[in-house]
Amino acid sequence: MNLEILQIALVDDDEDDRFLFKEAIEDIEMNTNLSLFKNGKEFLDYIFKPDIILPELVFLDLNMPVINGIQCLTEIRKNNDLSALSVAIYSTSSSDKDIEDTFVKGANIYIKKPNDFNKLKNVLEKVLKINWQYFTSGLNKENFLLKI
Amino acid sequence: MKLYLNYDINVVYKAVLKEQLDKTDIQYELNGIGEVNLLKNIDSNELKTLSDQLEKYGITIIEDYKSQLVQRIKDSVTEMIYNEEYEEKSYKVSVYLSEKLNYSYTYLSNLFSEVTYTSIENFIILKRIDYVKSLIINDELTLTEIAYKLNYSSVAHLSAQFKKTTGLTPTVFQKIITRRKKE
Repeated sequence: MNLEILQIALVDDDEDDRFLFKEAIEDIEMNTNLSLFKNGKEFLDYIFKPDIILPELVFLDLNMPVINGIQCLTEIRKNNDLSALSVAIYSTSSSDKDIEDTFVKGANIYIKKPNDFNKLKNVLEKVLKINWQYFTSGLNKENFLLKI
Repeated sequence: MKLYLNYDINVVYKAVLKEQLDKTDIQYELNGIGEVNLLKNIDSNELKTLSDQLEKYGITIIEDYKSQLVQRIKDSVTEMIYNEEYEEKSYKVSVYLSEKLNYSYTYLSNLFSEVTYTSIENFIILKRIDYVKSLIINDELTLTEIAYKLNYSSVAHLSAQFKKTTGLTPTVFQKIITRRKKE
């Protein structure tokens, strides 16, 4: 049992993907609160509003209209107030170059979208748990890189 | 004149809890008896204030005590990893922790898993890899020297654990961090 709730956000333009992601998160036995966004602009507009509960972990799809995942990541990393926010790239691409480039631009986690619901659940569970350790255990957030 | 009273302790408990929580600006849900769901995380000062308020009515926050003990486990593990003398002695972690904290290892281990979503063993691996990362970034030691310093049986073992924990090889990790600094 935990007092803390992990605040999570997903930014993905695909409605089916958002639905599956939500189902998977709900199946994981952790205290979480998930917010959903359709694109990077919607998310950035949200996080710069005053008096909101900031997410601790955001999952960004790479290919989105208006503001894509990389642009969104760059905007997030420009802002010092958001330095505690972990960014997970959530993409169908698994090219080494894409992976390395997103890490260099400040992503903490790179997830290749699994094509099976149970795999998705397992991957998300692992990511949430490791991220939680980074928030609670004095691990060095600057060096937090995870590819899964 | 005497009055004879009948009361429902659960109603009393809920009313007191509500009254005290409403005094704070924390949003919450009551989850039946003995559990409150706070809708956002509160810092240790807020927790202390709330805890003191509830204490007056004989309500104790149990989780706080558990998290303190978990913090001591984490601190001890960290100290153990960063203390090279420990490495030479090659204590067993279980012996080290139970002697230092005065609880059986089974108790500590169960408590840790209950509160942190991970096991002590996994936490040690994460913490060691975190140390390895900082040594790689410092760039003063070779990977072989790092493996020796942290008591890994070989470089291969260190690399394998690094890859398993982060999904990246130590070389790719170093490359990414170097590129990040240049940008």
